[in-house]
Amino acid sequence: MDAMADESLVVRESLGARVRQYCRRNPTIVIGALLLLMMLIIALLASYLTPDPMKLNPIKRLRVPGEGMLFGTDMYGRDVFARTLHGSRISLLVGLSAAAVSTFFGLTIGLLAGYNRLFDTIVMRFMDGIMAIPSILLAIALVSLTGASVGIVIVAISIPEIPRVVRLVRSVVLTIREQPYVEAAISVGARLPTILLRHILPNTLAPLIVQATYVCASAMITEAILSFLGAGTPPDIPSWGNVISEGRQYFQRAPWIIFFPGVFLTITVLAVNILGDGLRDGLDPRIARQMR
Amino acid sequence: MFGYVIRRILATIPVMGVVAIFVFLLLHLTPGDPAAVIAGDYASPADVERIRETLGLNRPLHIQFFTWAGQLFQGDLGVSIFSKQPVIKLIGQRIEPTLALATTTIIFAVLLAVPLGVLAAWKSGTWIDRSVMVFAVLGFSVPIFIIAYSMIWTLSIHLHWFPVQGYKSFLIQTGTGIDGAAIIGIGFEGICRDSGRAGCGLVPFFRHIALPSIALGLVYVALIARITRASVMEVLTEDYIRTAHAKGLSPRVVLIRHALKNASVPIVTIIGIGIALLLGGVVVTESVFNIPGLGRLTVDAILHRDYPIIQGLILIFAGVYVLINLLVDISYTFLDPRIRY
Repeated sequence: MDAMADESLVVRESLGARVRQYCRRNPTIVIGALLLLMMLIIALLASYLTPDPMKLNPIKRLRVPGEGMLFGTDMYGRDVFARTLHGSRISLLVGLSAAAVSTFFGLTIGLLAGYNRLFDTIVMRFMDGIMAIPSILLAIALVSLTGASVGIVIVAISIPEIPRVVRLVRSVVLTIREQPYVEAAISVGARLPTILLRHILPNTLAPLIVQATYVCASAMITEAILSFLGAGTPPDIPSWGNVISEGRQYFQRAPWIIFFPGVFLTITVLAVNILGDGLRDGLDPRIARQMR
Repeated sequence: MFGYVIRRILATIPVMGVVAIFVFLLLHLTPGDPAAVIAGDYASPADVERIRETLGLNRPLHIQFFTWAGQLFQGDLGVSIFSKQPVIKLIGQRIEPTLALATTTIIFAVLLAVPLGVLAAWKSGTWIDRSVMVFAVLGFSVPIFIIAYSMIWTLSIHLHWFPVQGYKSFLIQTGTGIDGAAIIGIGFEGICRDSGRAGCGLVPFFRHIALPSIALGLVYVALIARITRASVMEVLTEDYIRTAHAKGLSPRVVLIRHALKNASVPIVTIIGIGIALLLGGVVVTESVFNIPGLGRLTVDAILHRDYPIIQGLILIFAGVYVLINLLVDISYTFLDPRIRY
C-alpha cells in the first residue's frame, strides 16, 4: 500500500516537473494559450458576468469609467463593459471559423494542386489572381454585395486567406512527393487517396497549424475593420468593430468607448500571434530558423 | 536577362486576367438578382429595371464580359451609379492623397524597419534584439485604427502637435499664366490649387500626413524588420563576413556593404508582398483621418453599393500590387547577379 502511494507520488511529481519544464521551454505557447483561454472563458461567461449589452439607459449616457460602471457607458447609456465582454464572442467565432474554413479548403486544394500538374496550373493562376487583391478590399466587396451577417463575414474573410494556405500546402507536397518513402508507397501499389492522406497530409499539419493561427489573428483584425467601416457584422450585434465604430463620433468626449474594446481586441490578437510564434518554434524548427 | 524581364512581364497578363474575371463575376456569383443587389433594399422595380438596363445586365453573361473587358482596354471603367460620373475620373480626382499617403508610408517604414532589423540581427540575443521582436509582434497585433486613435488622442488632442484629421496637398499655386490660369508647383506654404484658399504646401502636407503614415506604417515596419533581421542573421554566419571582419573593416561597412546587400533579396520581396497589406490599410487609415483618397472612395462606394466604382478600385489596387511585384522580381537580377533566369 505504502509502495503504491509512493509510486503515485513519484508520478505526480514528475508530471508537475514535466509541466514546469514544458512551460520553461515554451513560454510563448503557454502565455499565448493562457491568454486565449482567458478570452474564451470571458466569451462563454459574458452573459453571466455582465448585464444586457443592448439595454439602453439614456439617463446614464457617456458616464466616465468607474462610478459603478467599470468601463463607463456609451452615447445611449449602454454598459461598455458588457458590450466589450460580449464582443469577444463575435471576434473569437469569426477568427476560429475563418481559420477552420480557409485551412480546410486550402488544404484540400493544396494537396490536389501539389499532386496533379494540370489542376495545379489552372488553380495556381486563379490563386495568384486572388492574392493580388488586398484581402480587406475583397472582403468588403463580398460583404457589401451579399449583405451583412456573421456567416457572410466569415466566408468573406476566409476566401482571401485560402490562396496563402494553398501555397503553403502545395510547397510542402511538392517537397514530400519526391521523398523515397512516397516512392516506396507508390511501388507497393498504394492508391492516390492513401498516399495523399496517410503519407503526405501528416507532413503538412505542423506548418498548417502555425498558418491557421496567423489566419485566425488576421481574421479577427479584418472582422473589426469590416465592422468599423460599416461593412461587417450587423450593427445590432455588439462586436468590437461595431462598438468602436459607434464610439467614433464621441471619440473626443468619451474615448473609453473605443479604448476598452480596442485593448481587448489587441490582447486577443496578440495571444493568437504569440501562440502561433511558439507553435512555429516548437513544431517546425526549420521554419523557426528561417523566421527567427 | 532581357528574356527574363519579357517573360516576367508576360506572366502578369494571366494574373490580371484572373483578377478581371473575378471582379466581373463577383456581382454574378453573389446570390440574387445583380440589379436588385446594386439597387439596394428600398429600390422600386423601376429603379432595378433602370440599373439592369444601364449596366447591360439583361444581356448574356459572356457578351457582358467581353463588352466590359473591351471598355477596360480603352481605359473605360464604366460610370458611377450614384454620381453618374465616369469611374476613371472619380479615381483620378482622389488618387493624389492615396498616392502621397502610400509613398510617405513606404519611405517611413523602410527607413525605420531596415535599420531596426539590421540592428536586431547584429545585437542578436540582447535586449535590443528582444525589444525589436516584441515591437514586431505588437505591430502585427494592434489594429490600425487603435494605433490611429491612440495617436490622435495623445499627439493631436492633448499635445496639439498635429492636426486631428484632414489632408492638405503639397501642390500650391505658384503664379498666374498669361491666359489667367494658375500655375501649379510645389512649395513650402501657399494657396491651395483647387479651393483657392491658403493652407497648402509641403509644411501643412507633412503635418497632416505624419500621423496617418505612422499608423499605417507600423504593421509594415513590423513585417519588414522581422524579415530583415532573419535575413541579415543568416548572412552574418557566412564565411565572407568573417573575412571582412578579419581584414579590419568597420562593423558599419561589414553590416551595410557586406551583410545587408547580400540579405536584400528577401527584404525587397517582403516589401513587395506587403504592398497588399498597405493598400488594404489605406482604406481604414483614410477613414479614420478623413483623407479624401481612394480608400474613402471605396467606403463611400460600398455604402452606396456603387458597383462600377468597387470594380474599378479593385482592378486599380490589384494592378498596383502586380506592378510593384513585377518591379521587385526584376530588381532581383540587379541585387543578386547570381540570379539568372
